[in-house]
Amino acid sequence: MKYLCLVYSEESVLEAMSKGAFESFSEEHVAVDAELHKTGHSIIAEALQPAHTATTVRVRNGRLSTTDGPFAETKEQLTGFYLIQARDLNEAIQIAGRIPAARIGSIEVRPLWDLRRHEPRAWR
Amino acid sequence: MALTSETAAEDVRARVDAIYRAQSRHVLATLIRLLKDFDLAEEALHAAFAAAVEQWPRDGIPGNPRAWLVSAGRFKAIDAIRRRARFDASLTELAIQLDAETSNPADWDDEGLEDDRLRLIFTCCHPALPPDAQAALTLREVCGLTTEEIARAFLAAAPTVAQRIVRAKAKIRDARIPYQVPSRIELPERLETVLHVIYLVFNEGYSASSGDSLTRHDLSSEAIRLGRLLIELLPESEAVGLLALMLLQESRRTARTSSTGEPVLLEDQDRSLWNQDHIAEGLALVERALSLRRIGPYTLQAMIAAVHAETTDGTQTAWTEIVGLYDMLLRLDPSPVVELNRAVAVAMRDGPSAGLSLIEAILARGDLGGYYLAHAARADMCRRLGRTEEARISYQRALDLTLQEPARRFLERRLRELLP
Repeated sequence: MKYLCLVYSEESVLEAMSKGAFESFSEEHVAVDAELHKTGHSIIAEALQPAHTATTVRVRNGRLSTTDGPFAETKEQLTGFYLIQARDLNEAIQIAGRIPAARIGSIEVRPLWDLRRHEPRAWR
Repeated sequence: MALTSETAAEDVRARVDAIYRAQSRHVLATLIRLLKDFDLAEEALHAAFAAAVEQWPRDGIPGNPRAWLVSAGRFKAIDAIRRRARFDASLTELAIQLDAETSNPADWDDEGLEDDRLRLIFTCCHPALPPDAQAALTLREVCGLTTEEIARAFLAAAPTVAQRIVRAKAKIRDARIPYQVPSRIELPERLETVLHVIYLVFNEGYSASSGDSLTRHDLSSEAIRLGRLLIELLPESEAVGLLALMLLQESRRTARTSSTGEPVLLEDQDRSLWNQDHIAEGLALVERALSLRRIGPYTLQAMIAAVHAETTDGTQTAWTEIVGLYDMLLRLDPSPVVELNRAVAVAMRDGPSAGLSLIEAILARGDLGGYYLAHAARADMCRRLGRTEEARISYQRALDLTLQEPARRFLERRLRELLP
């Protein structure tokens, strides 16, 4: 099963890091991704530009509207993601726990929903 | 002749009922593993028992009723999916797959394998489920309570509880929460959630948070049953400690409520009413938890309860020992409530003014301002120090904060007694 691990961090905490600290923090993330690639768990992982660079798009009554900024203004912002392959939620939780940002922020683990394959639901 | 066979049938019926009470949760737990779906497993369980009621009086009770029931449930579930497949072709594949995956009779029984009931407990108490859903799901699936019974116990509306359970099952399915006992690395954190759920159920029964009765016995006994099952399956020291704690608290149930339903403080309780069977079992479990050499917060709380349980004359209570145990508990699991309890123990050891200054420090920090017991404890210290006006204000504050009818009556009486 595929899980998206959304990395949420306080941008102010990241900004407050010294150059050296930020670099080693980044390298730690790259290293975790490399390990997860080797074990076949990682599909893709990327970091994101700060939330102020985000644009939110909606189409209402056929009209496209864009608003400045991320969907939700919260203290912790989406700063990156790991798309992983895991046996089940327990394995996904263990992998999410290895993402270094989990120590200062939070990782939201969301199972992917495959719209192409309609899984049988016998009892619904 | 007819009479004998009728009696025999009744006898079988009674034994089916007994097997249902003793085994239905275990059969369900195994069916969930085989069928990988809670609702399907529940339907299968009922179909299996319906088949037993029909067939056993005719064919006799099988040698291993549990394996028979699992096998019958599995067959009925696959059969039901096949019948539904007539209207939804996508189900054909599922029926074939389930049939193939579960066709080995060795998988129908969990003898020698990890116990399915333990898998069920860990799945129901998975930290990815909301806490109120963990408790509701555990009571529903592990204890077999109906949704209505759970709703009544938690004073919630039945549809709310039903919704919680439906959502929890959907999350188990859609996020793929596995049906397994956690690995060694995960175990400490996961066991903590399980123990927390059991203690939550116990406390809801022991000290109902609202309503007209001080205790709700059913939930406490369910929690104790869960605790017994857990240590039978997984004898970890904190699980043993929690069961000890629950039994030692439960032993005081009769004594802690007066004939009019008001709470009776520990120091005023008639200790001859304490349940000695519970105490003996609780004390033995404390010893057992300590022998496992890893002392956690539940074991420490059980040790505190054990000091009280062993004291027949309340005035002889070893408060120094109790304060020492609270000190350890604070280091291990710091919380304002533990601090408050420690303050009360200090007051018993050193007098009310020592306790009062500790309680005032907790309240001054802004912790426990909305906790009625903190104000009731402050009031009690002031009363003992003869500071009547302050006692009156604190009793009133406590009264404003509690929804428990018996606690309100107790506080009102204390307020009246303060009048000159």
